[in-house]
Amino acid sequence: MAPITMIEGIRQAMFEEMDRDPAVVAIGEDIGVYGGAFKATEGLIARFGRERVIETPISETAIVGAACGMSFLGLRPVAEMQFIDFIACCFNQVTNFVAKSHYLWGAPVPMVIRGPSGGGVHGGPFHSANPEMYFMHTPGLKIIYPSTPSDAKGLLKSAIRDNNPVLFFEHKFLYRRIKEEVPAGDHLVPIGKAIVRREGGDLTIISYAAMAHTAMEAAEQLAKEGINAEVIDLRTLLPLDRETILASVKKTNKLLVVHEDTRTGGIAGEIAALVCEGAFEDLDGPIARVTALDTPVPYAPTLEERFLPNTEKVVAAARELAKY
Amino acid sequence: MSHPLTREQNLELYYFMQLNRQLEERMVRLFRQNKIVGGLYSSLGQEAVSVGTCYALEKRDWIAPMIRNIGALLVKGVPPRDIFTQHMAKYTSPTQGKDGTSHFGDLKVRHIVSPISMLGDLIPVMTGVAMAGRYLGQKIVALTWIGDGGSSTGAFHEGLGLAASQRAAFVLIVENNQWAYSTPVSRQVPVKNLADRAVAYGIRSWIVDGNDVTAVYNATKEAVDECRAGRGPALIEVKTMRMRGHAQHDPAEYVPKEMFEYWKARDPIAQFEKYLTENKIWDAKTKSEIDARIERELDVEQKFAEESPMPPPELAEEGVYCEGCHTIEADWKRSKAEVTPPGCSIDPAWSLKDFGAFAEVATLAKQPAAPGGGNGAKTPKRVLAAPAKLAAKQPLPAQEPEEPSVPRVPFGRGPKDKSVRQAQNPRDRHQNSRDKQGRR
Repeated sequence: MAPITMIEGIRQAMFEEMDRDPAVVAIGEDIGVYGGAFKATEGLIARFGRERVIETPISETAIVGAACGMSFLGLRPVAEMQFIDFIACCFNQVTNFVAKSHYLWGAPVPMVIRGPSGGGVHGGPFHSANPEMYFMHTPGLKIIYPSTPSDAKGLLKSAIRDNNPVLFFEHKFLYRRIKEEVPAGDHLVPIGKAIVRREGGDLTIISYAAMAHTAMEAAEQLAKEGINAEVIDLRTLLPLDRETILASVKKTNKLLVVHEDTRTGGIAGEIAALVCEGAFEDLDGPIARVTALDTPVPYAPTLEERFLPNTEKVVAAARELAKY
Repeated sequence: MSHPLTREQNLELYYFMQLNRQLEERMVRLFRQNKIVGGLYSSLGQEAVSVGTCYALEKRDWIAPMIRNIGALLVKGVPPRDIFTQHMAKYTSPTQGKDGTSHFGDLKVRHIVSPISMLGDLIPVMTGVAMAGRYLGQKIVALTWIGDGGSSTGAFHEGLGLAASQRAAFVLIVENNQWAYSTPVSRQVPVKNLADRAVAYGIRSWIVDGNDVTAVYNATKEAVDECRAGRGPALIEVKTMRMRGHAQHDPAEYVPKEMFEYWKARDPIAQFEKYLTENKIWDAKTKSEIDARIERELDVEQKFAEESPMPPPELAEEGVYCEGCHTIEADWKRSKAEVTPPGCSIDPAWSLKDFGAFAEVATLAKQPAAPGGGNGAKTPKRVLAAPAKLAAKQPLPAQEPEEPSVPRVPFGRGPKDKSVRQAQNPRDRHQNSRDKQGRR
């Protein structure tokens, strides 16, 4: 198999799932004739037609609401947010209707909301967001945020087959910057399982999405200095893979969490809490974090670079932590 | 078009309206005995809306009730015990005590979608239900209700927009009960009829006396039939009156007494009883038989609810995710081959009827100026901008150059201020301005 980009992995997942199961439909803005703002659904309408590739008005609440209604009749809709920032427009529909249906009245909502997220491409404050933590706090949702083409494909396919509402974040910086060979055949990656990207014994760096790559780069640099970092890519944020996190911290005794999301209320806080609950005795140093600033995502490249974590910042934090 | 009802159907309409009312009256008593866990929302005076609309549906059709649509649930076959137990938060309730009131559903048998408290969200959801029904070839209609208050939400408009653009088999009952909590409808919506909003979506609409169950039924039947025939969504405004406060805690003192009296004289059940008697559809004996049956049934149902246990505390931890507890399978009523490649493959290009130019402008320009204001639905189209071609034919008259306006005197300054003098006397300004070389 030739290596493919992440956007191609997502596109393949859509094609394969829609081919496999006529209950899978796509709904969103400009996803048909145009193929989606990032071409994630290119060619979908030609193959599956207008009944299965539903182009909507600019109405995020209606997109998510309709997808939810369709799922009640046994369909498995995949709703696209043109940019994931716009999920804020349908916050109520997602958090109060979709997320609560199964718990409250036993109605499963097998749907996926997917869309491009993340910064580093100078998209400005409304096209660069990482809104995952708004939804981490909503019981009933699953949240996936992959970092590789192979995971993106395998996790999206799993998400479509899941009986629960899944938010699927696609980091747009990674869409076309990395290529990878994807296993042939029906490639599925399980939801809720983190992966150890690099083994090490001196400290654990936990990250996800674009920052998983930054963490890997930092680990390579640290290795030259004699610091051997273990890197965990979460892949699924909700439900969080407690076992993998705790096992690694118990091994390395030091934890650094890196995320592109803003600092206050970011996932680093939740991970720190669960490590304190489950591996406090094993810690040899404070739990450290490298995150974006507590500001909106600024537009100018100089400002955005200051805003985002990068390899240098991660290396510096890891060096400090390694001293303990 | 009228859809004549048989005697049995008429009696059934009465049965459901009276069952609706007696059930709710019993719950008022339970509320006063502290047996209702949360709030209690009355649909007193609105029974004809819930019952008349839902009665026009078929078994396969889908509904999503609002808080005051218990009557619709009864018509759909929900037993009164479900309503009692929901309000009393019992383990035997459809949600096992996880939610109250009419917040429950039934996907498999009765096709009911549970509401949430945020208004309007059911409109896109039921649009999706209708879209899925069409996709699966089920020939269903999806119907939900919204109040006058809820018709101001964003979800209402987004949902109607999508339903219209999809031509979904979706019926929206706009239940105008005159009050959004304490705010009268005239203070929320600057149109005479809420049905006028349908014009903005290019969908059909009806206005009906919501206290006349036969009229409500007839309008809904017509809308439902047209929807099923593929003519796109429909909106029915039913004019009625909320005869109690928003909920039990609210004495509704903000409602003028005369307004209650006006509507009390139009009570939907009393009116229908009169209709049944005058048209000799029933007699006193039939009425008392039905009423006795309702009492008997409600006795049993209420007893069941009162004797039911509260849910065990550990239930709170269960059910956030579906982990294999449900089998999700669509009920296909058409061949899957039609929606599987190559059967569904198309040439993906837009076909456009015109290119969007303002073609009517020439005709409109010849008409006298339309009066402004009033009801949006009836206001003639007005030309908002003349295209270049038209402007060339009628050149604008030469205009006198405007006098330079006198700047507002900054606070605390008077006519002696230099800037004021300059503005009032252009000569002064000239004298004080610099020439091209920067000299005064």
